[in-house]
Amino acid sequence: MSAKNKDGENSTGEVIWVSGPVVKARGMRHFRMLELVFAGKDRLVGELIELDGDVGTIQIYEDTSGMRPGEPVKGTGNPLSVELGPGLIGRTFDGIQRPLERLREQTGDFIRRGTQVPRLDREQRWDFEPRLEENTDVAGGEILGVVQETPMVEHRILVPPGTRGRLTSIAAAGSYTVEDAIATVTHEKGETTLHMYHNWEVRRPRPVRERLRTAAPLVTGQRVIDVFFPLVKGGVAAIPGGFGTGKTVIQHNLAKWCDAHIIIYIGCGERGNEMTDVLNEFPELRDPRSGNSLMDRTILIANTSNMPVAAREASIYTGVTLAEYFRDMGYHVAVMADSTSRWAEALREISGRLEEMPAEEGFPAYLASQLAEFYERGGHVRSLCNNEGSVSIIGSVSPPGGDFSEPVTQHTKRFVRAFWALDKELASARFFPAINPQTSYSEYVDAVLPWWQDETGEAVGRYLEQARAILRAYQKLQQIVRLIGEDALPDEQKMTLLSARLIREGFLQQSAFDPVDMFAFPLKQARMLRAILRFCDMGRVLVKKGVPVYRVRELSSFGSLMRMKASIENEKTEEILKLQGQVEEEMHRLAREAQISEEELGTEIRSQETGGKEEGGEAEKGLEERADQMMEEHTKADLYQEAKQHDIKGRSSMTKEELAESLAREREEDREKS
Amino acid sequence: MNMGQREYIGISRAKGPLAFVEGIRDVGFNERVEMTLPDGRLLQGRVLEISTELAVVEVFAGTGGLDLSSVRLRFAGRPFQIPVHDQMLGRVFNGLCEPLDGGPAPVSKTMRDVGGQPLNPVARAYPRNFIQTGISTIDGMNTLIRGQKLPIFSGSGLPHNELASQIIRQANIGGGEDFALVFAAIGVKHDVARMFQDVFEEGGVTEKVVMFLNLADDPSIERILTPRTALTLAEYLAFDRGLHVLVVMTDMNNYGEALREVATAKGEIPSRKGFPGYLYSDLASIYERAGRIRDKKGSITQLPMLTMPNDDITHPIPDLTGYITEGQIVLDRDLHKKGIYPPINPLPSLSRLMDAGIGSGKTREDHEHLSSQLYAAYSQVRQVERLASIIGEEELSEVDRSYLSFGQEFEKEFIAQRPDENRTMEETLDRGWERLAVLPRSELTRVSEAEIEKYLNKR
Repeated sequence: MSAKNKDGENSTGEVIWVSGPVVKARGMRHFRMLELVFAGKDRLVGELIELDGDVGTIQIYEDTSGMRPGEPVKGTGNPLSVELGPGLIGRTFDGIQRPLERLREQTGDFIRRGTQVPRLDREQRWDFEPRLEENTDVAGGEILGVVQETPMVEHRILVPPGTRGRLTSIAAAGSYTVEDAIATVTHEKGETTLHMYHNWEVRRPRPVRERLRTAAPLVTGQRVIDVFFPLVKGGVAAIPGGFGTGKTVIQHNLAKWCDAHIIIYIGCGERGNEMTDVLNEFPELRDPRSGNSLMDRTILIANTSNMPVAAREASIYTGVTLAEYFRDMGYHVAVMADSTSRWAEALREISGRLEEMPAEEGFPAYLASQLAEFYERGGHVRSLCNNEGSVSIIGSVSPPGGDFSEPVTQHTKRFVRAFWALDKELASARFFPAINPQTSYSEYVDAVLPWWQDETGEAVGRYLEQARAILRAYQKLQQIVRLIGEDALPDEQKMTLLSARLIREGFLQQSAFDPVDMFAFPLKQARMLRAILRFCDMGRVLVKKGVPVYRVRELSSFGSLMRMKASIENEKTEEILKLQGQVEEEMHRLAREAQISEEELGTEIRSQETGGKEEGGEAEKGLEERADQMMEEHTKADLYQEAKQHDIKGRSSMTKEELAESLAREREEDREKS
Repeated sequence: MNMGQREYIGISRAKGPLAFVEGIRDVGFNERVEMTLPDGRLLQGRVLEISTELAVVEVFAGTGGLDLSSVRLRFAGRPFQIPVHDQMLGRVFNGLCEPLDGGPAPVSKTMRDVGGQPLNPVARAYPRNFIQTGISTIDGMNTLIRGQKLPIFSGSGLPHNELASQIIRQANIGGGEDFALVFAAIGVKHDVARMFQDVFEEGGVTEKVVMFLNLADDPSIERILTPRTALTLAEYLAFDRGLHVLVVMTDMNNYGEALREVATAKGEIPSRKGFPGYLYSDLASIYERAGRIRDKKGSITQLPMLTMPNDDITHPIPDLTGYITEGQIVLDRDLHKKGIYPPINPLPSLSRLMDAGIGSGKTREDHEHLSSQLYAAYSQVRQVERLASIIGEEELSEVDRSYLSFGQEFEKEFIAQRPDENRTMEETLDRGWERLAVLPRSELTRVSEAEIEKYLNKR
């Protein structure tokens, strides 16, 4: 993979054209496509992205101010690569893997152009422990030895993929720098010296033995995700949402609490202060499973919005390549890319400067294929060394104006299997996480149900079914409530609203800042949902039998259910069982007061549980029909009111129905126009 | 290498704000260009694109009056730089840092590129100190934090300039430490600039203010440089001199339009509404120059203002601004029509850095919960109002009616205040609690029992 050009040494070209991050040079005949170059007298890092005879086009990862035609372009013989070895964890890098702390030491608080720093620390010593013996045959991907990089991460030193032969020497246990020779491999072509690090080009996926199907969820501790829209280890998800809908808070939460071994957080074209926030907060936070500092498993790639745009384009590849490297050691890695829209915009900017023919909204025609390539690098695999590992990718999308029909959201939707659509209305009601249960989806739901059964012993699949039915009914009723108010509804529907409220506020809504609520273990999630549904089921039966809904609402267990997310800790789920007992007790008391016999109550509830699906379905269907009917009536009334208010001319002679119809037509036309 | 200045005579083509120069050598990208017309007029420009044959120069004053054959060009050998010095405080300049107040041109040993350099993310310090503005909707519900970028989203005819000047008069920018104000007028009317000047004079802070004025009839392309010139000086004052700097920029909409003008003249491929595809990155290169630096005293707080065309928050400029800035203050036409000043609608407004800057030891322990309760209640008011418009107020339940009266009181007694009324944080929070007294106790779910006991019953 690392090849010198044909002359065996690095050639030189000459700049002939400069426009922002794009530079053209001649004398480039001996360069290779995607070769890393140093352009200009300041030696700015760039990548050759187009070759046309003698003329090459280079995208530059730094500010090109002052660069002139005639300045030299030096080749390196290698494509844009990252250094893979100990010294990655806990660090912050820019889009082309320059360590930002180091840059600061060298150039101060502001990033200067043309600064060269080694990507991995050359001085730091690591305690290496060999795992292979001399005179064994080795192949790429095998584990040579290990380094305990942080308390949480054992860094497994891999034979670089592509290397094969006999291990003729290997270093004894001891402390070495990444540049020290630790092993020699002999093969037909001679000898290869191995170090604790190797290079890998960022745009080429690392090889694996085979891709696997996954059924284990990436547990995020976020209830709406884990239960309703789960992600598997090795899965890919997108979070689209307009500004202020909480994309970054969700990404931060996943980075904090998900059960991956390694977190790679890519701040791609976003705010500088958000990276500062992570840098301040993560070292203080403890991993809920191991108790170690969260920074001990995290790598940050920070290419904020004011940093050079071409490096932003590279940043997601840099991030995902690091992820693949840890996957190859046998770890589950989660990549958060915030935000892929900024990456797409970088593509657009470069493409525009190259005067390529644009497709939709100025984006290049290859946007979709590049997105596909990126998301395809996620997956659950058996690595070359026969370990299982995975890369899960969660990309945020920032659609302009919050409009999901724009190209980046639409193309992303084609390549991800979980789609967590953030909703402006939920966000403005301060309902977080603002994941809209109607427009979001996950294709992994069924795949993870067996895992839930094994992990918690609870029938989460059935609970999910029930909870969704209630939420759908709620959605219908909500339209009516907006028109006539809740008070006008019959009690049974009020009970549906009450149930939905319990699910929405008591389960789906989750605080990112409350110390107890911010993260829920699977067992807590499952038991919470069961207790809530118990309340809903029994309440529904009682109300149907004539108990007024306010009596159900007044039960003290209602408040406790609402509060349990923050009042009951992860380790104390037996309290949820107790609470469920209290629900049942109180419901029975209500039944006694209303003179409903135990037996009657029991049969009703059991019939709901066993044949509940169909019956619930039918009841719901009836409800939906009624809701549609009411909607229609009230829309008419609503339109009539509007017409009256605006006193629209020429319509006074119309009947109420005619008027409504004509207004509805106009609205429809308006909508089509816009 | 040769940093000397090179002179050429004549250009080959001019189009809109662009001049095309052939046959030049040793000219760099983004280099500053001075053009002298036969009548002695001096135009400033910079190199947007350079090749062995051709330089494309952006002329800030536009190419009007340019004679192709006789114009003299001088390439400065470096990007556009301005001198920076404390003595620039109290002065008035145009967008290119040329004096407008009759004083001498500024001199300093320190010259800075107006483009600035990106702040290393690991060098940033997270903003945590609040700035009291004396305005309840901001202090109470969208607290401004030192080092934040918090834009005001407004519409034509709404009193954003009055609000900005009230903030300037009342805000404790330095919190007891030394502060400065940098004002960048980007394509605004004369009377607006005059009004701000008066505000500074009345406030007796003129010697702490630097103004960079590009007025409505000034060359529009100069607007691309105006905020950058202002921020370059602000960075020097904040991070070299340790001052807390508040940068007011109005109106960012004009900035975006100037950018569009150049992009169109260059024949670039447009994205939304004709704006160039790099509008986001370009705006970020301005807004991200706010902040604090670890182990340094000063700070830059930005208060950009923009009028949303047709009050449309999804228009590219407010939309992309919202993606970059740390929240937004949104002015509302309905509130304005009701005669409420300042017409800040708390519902779409947001301060993302608020949580880190409020609470016990900073503002008051109840601040977070109270703000959340007020927000929730006011949001409920809007729902009830919608319902009332359909079924009539008399059909509303008791609780709903209490929300209506809460809404009226909240708008009149909390949101509204006089343009010269400077409320303390204590007063703002107490006023919030007073409004909540109208609601039934059971509706107050976001504040704790103890807080209700302590603050609601206080009165």
